[in-house]
Amino acid sequence: MKRFSYTITDELGIHARPAGLLAKRASEFKSTVSLEANGKQGNAKQILSVMLLAVKQGQTVEFSVEGEDEEQAAAGLLSFMEENL
Amino acid sequence: MIRVSGKCVGKGIAIGRLYLYEKENAVLNKRLVEDEKSELDRFEEARKEAARELSELYEKARKEIGGEEALIFEIHSMMLQDESFLDSIRDAIFQGHVNAEYAVHQAGESFAEAFASMEDEYMKARSADVLDIASRLVRILTGFGGGSLDSAEPVILLAEDLSPSETVQMDKNKLLAIVTRKGSANSHTAILARSMNIPALVQTEVELKPEYHGKRAVVDAGEGTLLIEPAEELLEAAVKKKMEADRYRSGLEELKGKENITSDGRSVDIFANIGSASDARLALREDAGGIGLFRSEFLYLGRGEPPSEEEQYEIYKEVFSCMAGKKVVIRTLDIGADKQVDYLGLKTEENPAMGFRAIRLCLSDPELLRTQLRAIYRAAVYGNAAVMFPMIISEVEIRQVKKLAGEVRESLLREGRAVGEVEIGIMIETPAAALISDILAGEVDFFSIGTNDLTQYTLAIDRQNEALEPFYDPHHEAVLRLIRMTVENAHRAGIWAGICGELAADTSLTEAFLDMEVDELSVSVSSVLEVRRAVRAIGQKGEAG
Repeated sequence: MKRFSYTITDELGIHARPAGLLAKRASEFKSTVSLEANGKQGNAKQILSVMLLAVKQGQTVEFSVEGEDEEQAAAGLLSFMEENL
Repeated sequence: MIRVSGKCVGKGIAIGRLYLYEKENAVLNKRLVEDEKSELDRFEEARKEAARELSELYEKARKEIGGEEALIFEIHSMMLQDESFLDSIRDAIFQGHVNAEYAVHQAGESFAEAFASMEDEYMKARSADVLDIASRLVRILTGFGGGSLDSAEPVILLAEDLSPSETVQMDKNKLLAIVTRKGSANSHTAILARSMNIPALVQTEVELKPEYHGKRAVVDAGEGTLLIEPAEELLEAAVKKKMEADRYRSGLEELKGKENITSDGRSVDIFANIGSASDARLALREDAGGIGLFRSEFLYLGRGEPPSEEEQYEIYKEVFSCMAGKKVVIRTLDIGADKQVDYLGLKTEENPAMGFRAIRLCLSDPELLRTQLRAIYRAAVYGNAAVMFPMIISEVEIRQVKKLAGEVRESLLREGRAVGEVEIGIMIETPAAALISDILAGEVDFFSIGTNDLTQYTLAIDRQNEALEPFYDPHHEAVLRLIRMTVENAHRAGIWAGICGELAADTSLTEAFLDMEVDELSVSVSSVLEVRRAVRAIGQKGEAG
């Protein structure tokens, strides 16, 4: 399993559009991608699940990636976060 | 008579019959099903149909309202693929043995509740999106409701609120005005009303009584009022006011498609000033000949970091494509200490108007400009592109920005990227630039005269200071001479010159500008047709503008 954390810099936090883009990106990988923020857990592949975490600017999201392509998935998702959030 | 007030979001007056719009609630009976498999099939079919509708709505909204607004339907499509939402529906069908519509309804309610209970206002508002999806599915499953306007004549729509899908699906030929109890100035209702140019009120303090349906009413968006069964004299006053507004507006409407030409055959381009991609659509609707000033600073405001190259590229591309070959002039970042942009780390200045701003900032932080130019050169493939640099006062500065632009172009080509042609121009907005415009003209493809700053710097009058108003003369001969000089110097060097400040829309000066042979006037979107009218009136005896 690969873990990493990312602190949101986007002013709006993870709102609907980036949540949707994140879900899309995460779904491209075989690995399961779970998120933890605000004491809640979510599935990165599901837009509603990501949105319900209600992550705001300055808050940190913990990613746990597990599966056969976890190396690539973790790297891909980290760069996604850096570019978009 | 009933008089209620609301918040105005679209201009104008409408007189007509009220149409009480209620969401048709499908009869939602809970049924126990025995054949779960076929119930699940019904649901999956409905889901496919919903996905198809959403992609149609996305296209419709993108064409009619704009990309940013259309996004909501893309998000709905994604929500419709959310496994946790789908699972809770499938579970209800398989384990709860309930009918599909009931399962969808329950899932919609429970997700909506989860959003509604969040603290964040933005997230709270997302519960409406979940409900919109659920009701779409229920409608498909039951065949009920659909937000259609069942009326032969156009009506004033009175509703609790409108969902994004209802707003876009509404037959626009049947709408005189929209009045909602909920909604905000940024709601979909508001955006639709503005894009359609119809009066609208939101947050209106009105009860939705069934007896209102079909009653005569007046919506005066300027006043922010809705009158139901207005008294005779008020109705007459409204009719008169509407006729005047219509006459004025239809006079302008008739000018669409006409040339900006005086009766003695002189012509000028009338372009629009915009601040976002969606403004470009409005500019086209008002028949602007191009975009004379795209204020790119709006992309940089209200955020934690400068917009990325990709982000800017997408926006410029949208504007270029929208204008379909008509010229679009993008002004590079024009920002200074008077704007709150924390990430630029600008120090507070005593006199920001004369301070570290615009091109001065960009030349000190070339990466900022490089990113913007990369986006512009790449997007330029999609249209007729021009870029102009603000606050230029010397030839040296022009050489610096041109060098930078050249480098950007070269490096994009080296990376194998497609690059479009971009005209390069400067703003003439200081007396210094106007006075040496003969020298500057040899370096660029065009001039655009920014009269707001040019006036303030020439007269040494701060535009923000109300106490100076008695001394402020926007038609000061000094400013007019500088404009004339700039245009003459441009033409001597064989380049074009336009005006993009507020003065460009001042119809008392239109004739003077034509006499100076100004090539282009770039004005606010709402002034395009008024300036055209002024141009066409020149030379006509006895007919005032």
